[in-house]
Amino acid sequence: MRTREKHPKFLSKLRSISKGKLSGDSVFKIFVTLIACNVFIVLGLMFFQIIQNSWLSIQTYGVGFLVGKIWQPFPPNSSSLPSFGALPLIWGTLVTSAIALALGVPVSLGISLALSEFAPKRFSYVISFFVELLAAIPSVIYGLWGIFVLIPFLQVNVYPYLQASLGFLPIFQGTIRGPSVLTGGIVLAIMIIPTVSAISRDVFAAVPNSQREAIMALGATRWEKAKTVMSYGRSGVIGAIMLGLGRAMGETMAITMVIGNSFNMFSSFLEPGSTLASIIANEFTEASSPPVYISALMEVGLILLALAIVVNGIARLIIWRSTRKVREVGLI
Amino acid sequence: MISLTYLALIAALIPLVSILAETILRGLSAMSFSFFIEEIPPLGEPGGGIGPAIQGTLIVVALASSIGVPIGVFSGIYLAEFGQARMASVARFLNDVLTNVPSIVLGIFGWTLVVVAIGWSIIAGAIALAIMMIPIVTRTTEEAIRLVPATMREAAIALGVPKWKTTLTVVLSSAKKGIATGILLSVARISGETAPLLLTILGSRFWFSGFTQPTAALPVAVFNFSQSPFRLVDWPRAWGASLILILIILAINIIVRYATREKYGATNI
Repeated sequence: MRTREKHPKFLSKLRSISKGKLSGDSVFKIFVTLIACNVFIVLGLMFFQIIQNSWLSIQTYGVGFLVGKIWQPFPPNSSSLPSFGALPLIWGTLVTSAIALALGVPVSLGISLALSEFAPKRFSYVISFFVELLAAIPSVIYGLWGIFVLIPFLQVNVYPYLQASLGFLPIFQGTIRGPSVLTGGIVLAIMIIPTVSAISRDVFAAVPNSQREAIMALGATRWEKAKTVMSYGRSGVIGAIMLGLGRAMGETMAITMVIGNSFNMFSSFLEPGSTLASIIANEFTEASSPPVYISALMEVGLILLALAIVVNGIARLIIWRSTRKVREVGLI
Repeated sequence: MISLTYLALIAALIPLVSILAETILRGLSAMSFSFFIEEIPPLGEPGGGIGPAIQGTLIVVALASSIGVPIGVFSGIYLAEFGQARMASVARFLNDVLTNVPSIVLGIFGWTLVVVAIGWSIIAGAIALAIMMIPIVTRTTEEAIRLVPATMREAAIALGVPKWKTTLTVVLSSAKKGIATGILLSVARISGETAPLLLTILGSRFWFSGFTQPTAALPVAVFNFSQSPFRLVDWPRAWGASLILILIILAINIIVRYATREKYGATNI
């Protein structure tokens, strides 16, 4: 009795299906609803499969996986267990992403300000097309360019001077090798520029003109007007930066090709390193035995998935809230 | 200060020009008619071409699109037509989450789903790429359908057309430009993806030999050649394959952007 009261529409639909009186509209609705459920199925299955496959590794290594620093699938002494620890990978992912943000965000903000505030409209339309072309280039081609063009250039023209001038800092010490954490960070920075600048441009465009008019009425210069726009869109820009961070953390091919793939807790940016994504790309197809090897790689994938979802989730929340604020406070 | 922002523009455009220029220059030196049609030789051996890689990319992208486009378009229709329901908001949110899954994790997923069952195969690669494609197509389809003015729907309903027929005929044909844009952009996106393919189709030197066999593909070929120690022979091939790949992707992007020119929305005083 109570169910019939609580869900009248659903039950009457079921009744009409059973009586054979199905309208085209309800068939259509059921059909597209079922297809739209694919997103639940895919995400659910993905989490289930990855967790199930990494369970062996989670059980064997526990929390030690997150803080361990050894990656030895085939220990020299065949009777001991292989040991896996992901700390250098997490360190590599975080450092390369941080370098990418440090280099890429100022450039992206500069671009979005130039295109939304300072440049004439036709010019900015053409230039923004080119900046977005950077996003269309596949990451493996970034990697190829990184290996054969960027690394020789950096090795000869940039790193020696960097070490000569800032070599007292521990992050720039050590033998200069081309493939390194810093190179990876530079390539990632270039890759996140289109993302961060496009979203920042949208954020700046959403700033109501009343703000610009008000500050101009008080006698501001064009740069001061831009600063006002930036501070109004502050939270949206933070969201854009976090989306860039998410993109940098998930990037695989370009970083695998230029980071040098050495498993160590590097202290200098000029050293080679590894990231969560690069170790999967390098070792997955070869990891046939022991079974805990593939499980460990799965666990690395799980960590990467969790990181990417959390960062991107927070980013979208921030962006959504900032554009909602603009829409609500609005056009005074 | 303003000149600094223009400097940032130049800083971003320099890598773009460099990548395109280097790919064209270095790739052209590897190109020849035989490059397109001959089999891939073992690493280090001169001669041959990357025909199987081109064929493999075309097949896997076509297969992935045939799975991804229908599912994506109908999901987009659901979100646009029945988008106020709570399930729709959850679905929309999860859809955005899916777009942010790292591509290598999608490769892992394709591996666990298909490769474990039937081995390294095109089907696994197609499924991984389809999963990458569906959220993009869903979102662009939903946005394209939302742009259709309500007056069109109302006119159709006023003539007695049932809602499902309105959607499938009137609304879809008005939105078809936007939907096609979304589909083409996602096709361009997945043709360049390497990580999902690396863990599913594995890559091979030979022509297509069956849906349950490993295959070659352009991005995987670029990666494999770049890691080869035989610089004189294999590195130019990597650039040649990159050139073909980038030409395909840029062609799709430029066509789409040209066909959808619209006023750029930034305001200026």
